[in-house]
Amino acid sequence: MTELPPLTPQFVLAGAALLVLGVDTLTPDSRSNTLLAGISAAGTLLTAGVAAWFLSAGTGDFQFVQFDGALVVDALSLFFAFVVGTVATLVVVASHDYLEDQEHVAEFYSLILLAATGMTLMASANSLVTVFISLELASIPSYVLVSYLKTDRGSVEAGLKYFLVGALSSAIMVYGISLVYASTGVMGLQPIAESFGNGVEFTGVLGLGVVMLVGGFAFKTASVPFHFWAPEAYEGAPAPISAFISSASKAAGFAVLFRVFTTAFPLEVITGTVVDWSLLFAVLAVVTMTLGNFAAATQDNVKRMLAYSSIGHAGYVLIGLAAVQSGAGAENSFVLGASMMHLLVYGFMNTGAFLFVALAEYWGVGRTFEDYNGLAERAPVACVAMTVFMFSLAGLPVGGGFLSKYVLFAGAVQSGFAWLAAVAAINSALSLFYYSRVVKAIWIEEPNGDLSLEGQPTGLYVAVLAAAVGTVALLVAFDPVAQTANHAAGVLFG
Amino acid sequence: MMIEALIGVTLLSAFAVMLAPDKVAGKLAAGLSLLPVAGSVWMYAQFDGSGNALFEGGSLAFETMARWITVGPYTLNWHVGIDGISMPLVVLSTILTTLAIMSAWTPIDKRESQFYALMLLMEASLLGVFTALDFFVWFVFWEFVLVPMYFLIGIWGGPRRKYAAIKFFVYTNVASLVMFIGFMALVFGLSVNTMDMPAIAQAIAAGSFDTTYGLGETGLKTVAFFAMFFGFAVKVPTVPLHTWLPDAHVQAPTPASVMLAGVLLKMGTYALLRFNFTMLPGVASDYAVFIAALAVVSVIYGAMLALAQQDLKRIVAYSSVSSMGYVILGLVAYNVYGLGGATFQMVAHGLISGLMFMCVGVIYNTAHTRMVGDLSGIADKMPVTAAVFVAAAFGYMGLPLMAGFAGELFIFLGGFTAEFAYAQLFTALAMFGIVIVAGYLLFAMQRVLFGPFDADTDYDIVPAAVHDTVPIVTLVVLVVVLGTVPDVFYDMIQDAVTPMVDAMASAVVPLFGGELL
Repeated sequence: MTELPPLTPQFVLAGAALLVLGVDTLTPDSRSNTLLAGISAAGTLLTAGVAAWFLSAGTGDFQFVQFDGALVVDALSLFFAFVVGTVATLVVVASHDYLEDQEHVAEFYSLILLAATGMTLMASANSLVTVFISLELASIPSYVLVSYLKTDRGSVEAGLKYFLVGALSSAIMVYGISLVYASTGVMGLQPIAESFGNGVEFTGVLGLGVVMLVGGFAFKTASVPFHFWAPEAYEGAPAPISAFISSASKAAGFAVLFRVFTTAFPLEVITGTVVDWSLLFAVLAVVTMTLGNFAAATQDNVKRMLAYSSIGHAGYVLIGLAAVQSGAGAENSFVLGASMMHLLVYGFMNTGAFLFVALAEYWGVGRTFEDYNGLAERAPVACVAMTVFMFSLAGLPVGGGFLSKYVLFAGAVQSGFAWLAAVAAINSALSLFYYSRVVKAIWIEEPNGDLSLEGQPTGLYVAVLAAAVGTVALLVAFDPVAQTANHAAGVLFG
Repeated sequence: MMIEALIGVTLLSAFAVMLAPDKVAGKLAAGLSLLPVAGSVWMYAQFDGSGNALFEGGSLAFETMARWITVGPYTLNWHVGIDGISMPLVVLSTILTTLAIMSAWTPIDKRESQFYALMLLMEASLLGVFTALDFFVWFVFWEFVLVPMYFLIGIWGGPRRKYAAIKFFVYTNVASLVMFIGFMALVFGLSVNTMDMPAIAQAIAAGSFDTTYGLGETGLKTVAFFAMFFGFAVKVPTVPLHTWLPDAHVQAPTPASVMLAGVLLKMGTYALLRFNFTMLPGVASDYAVFIAALAVVSVIYGAMLALAQQDLKRIVAYSSVSSMGYVILGLVAYNVYGLGGATFQMVAHGLISGLMFMCVGVIYNTAHTRMVGDLSGIADKMPVTAAVFVAAAFGYMGLPLMAGFAGELFIFLGGFTAEFAYAQLFTALAMFGIVIVAGYLLFAMQRVLFGPFDADTDYDIVPAAVHDTVPIVTLVVLVVVLGTVPDVFYDMIQDAVTPMVDAMASAVVPLFGGELL
């Protein structure tokens, strides 16, 4: 019996990307949107399925080291491969309708698949070299995807801004990697940690390097101080791409952030001598969630509100890293696992919310809260789904977001960071205010004038409803997610 | 499985009503809501629990327990069951929902199927709140109640409904978050690996605390107590945390007000009883004077606010603040009469305040005004409604043979025999609140119901329809039954609160030698 290679999820995604390009090369004249979407959806769904299968079969119980330690497959990487795979599936299915009148659909799908490959590789990266390469593999297709609507000024501007901030943060990150290399002489994450066994040298250089590394990750996760691109990019990009970047790309950024900091720079060694990154992330978490939520509360544009709320959620997830304590294995995997649970649930509810925006854009509804007034009269089913997303994001028990958010807060309290949980609680209460504005608009306000919704966007509907069903199902069947995330986080702490 | 069936049937009814056409939604919802009524009455008849759900030796009726989620070392269970405290509240919730649905037939004239579906959805989550015995399960239901209430106020409410809905929403959500963090800190200070409420209560009683946040056992208990007290006091509400209530009540459509005053406020006092007063009786006793003072201020200040109102609905809303103050006084008295009376008063006030709101609603349906100054001599035109209104008002004042009398009598008996400092003084002050209640209710009745007929409104005042009088007459009957034979609920309540008092007798370590002041 032959065994599947541990990197099967990544191979499937890359293979699907090449297949899409191949089909398009062989039949350049036919517009085969449905066929290409089908191939892409099959590929992403297979990725998620394989990841889930591997997880349940216990593949993640061991660390499969690949390519001489450059990549590693364990519960953490499979968990995030599943998140990226599911989000990408929803996005591809929704894109089928969104791209009806667009050209270059093959390029669109293959870029999504390539970016997804990069994201799953990020979750597996086990050396600073592969960290950087996979990060770029995820980023460069994303720049193109954001500016995909090339006749739309907003889309192009968003792509440029995304690219400039991305390039800057990449440069900072590479410089950080070089400083870490300069002080340790190795690139692999475990070798870096092992090099501290003989005492830490060049603490200043190393500390600067570690802090600069944070820059690259902050960009990918849309956290302060590299969050500027997010509102513009999410607003200008095609809505399915906003969903993809704000859910999958963010999750992958956190995956690599978790692995690098817990593996290469164990808090036990680093805190006293180099830099207390737990405190650093605590500050970043507070600033990120507060800035995201307060900015979101002042928006008039739904997509922009979702963009800032996405920054706010990055702040919540950072709690998982901020609350890590040296030498506390069980508490650490509790709180870091809670962050991972939140990222998975977020993958459903946030993707769903952006896809609802895509649906609204498809119908030609405007972009502000007022434009959404009375939408429930025209599209009650989609609006029920949107209500589920909004309330779940706000942490009400209509979806899994309630459980993941409160488990995360509980984890912070347990690790001795009740003050961080309190700040998050204030933010969460504020978020209820702006999320419920969407709900108020679609259900409570009267529609302005005649609003006719034309077209049968089956794919969009399917994706939105699948995301809603997933969000609600996660409230009831949260157990597998909780156990897997806890286990995956436990892998990082040995 | 009975509790699961009860909640499940209610949920399914909600979905069925949501899909039904608007025309039949009201009738269908009322019909389907009889299923949970029948179920809860059957459960009442079959009730075989004894003792308190949270104490060792308490045997629960209809208990089920199954693993739900495992997070690290912690196991969250689906754990539901009913004891003598929750049984009356379950019955109250089902009956009041059916009557509130009937009372909605006249005033609700748009998006009916959504309205009735939300009412049933709220009933399902309320049943969950009163039966759940695992903290996380309970918290899911507790928070979910906000969702249907938000829509009920926001879509069918009065002119300022959007403001009232969001104020209610954010206010109570903040309270829940504070409560959650406080409770979590308490749980993590214990060496338990579950969120099961009985297990936590017993671990606290056994005193197996680790030092958490540099706080010893007493410090942690005190901080957790006040975090939870704040969270629940908003829901009750207690002065000075009551400001969301008048907005929510006045703007909410009458059937939603009925549910809000009748059942939702009881969630707060129920949670205070279950968490603060059952799990941390020592802290409750150390700060008894402070809590009793809050209760008395709520009674008097709430009544004074009601006295100053012109809007009938506002009068009833503020009088709820006053009545819930009695419940807290009963809880802090911490003897069998006090705790039993407080629980009994939750049910009694649920029926009577629901009845008052329905009466106001019936008058508003035809007069389209609720201002005391606009109406006079309504009794001539609406004799049945007026009679019920008078009965309800006397019930509120605590007239003997009405449910309110039994509840308040027990509370005052408990208050006078309580052992905290100045208990008698506080109780005497609280009793004075009844005089003010009589003042504003008699004043309102005399102006609105009696005297020569005169209505400053463009609408004809006509007698209420049969389906409007049925709920209010039913409620009057229930109020009288409960007042005449309080044993129907009081026996099981007393059975459930006695273990609390017994445990308290051994647990109390008086602060400052027993004298706080």
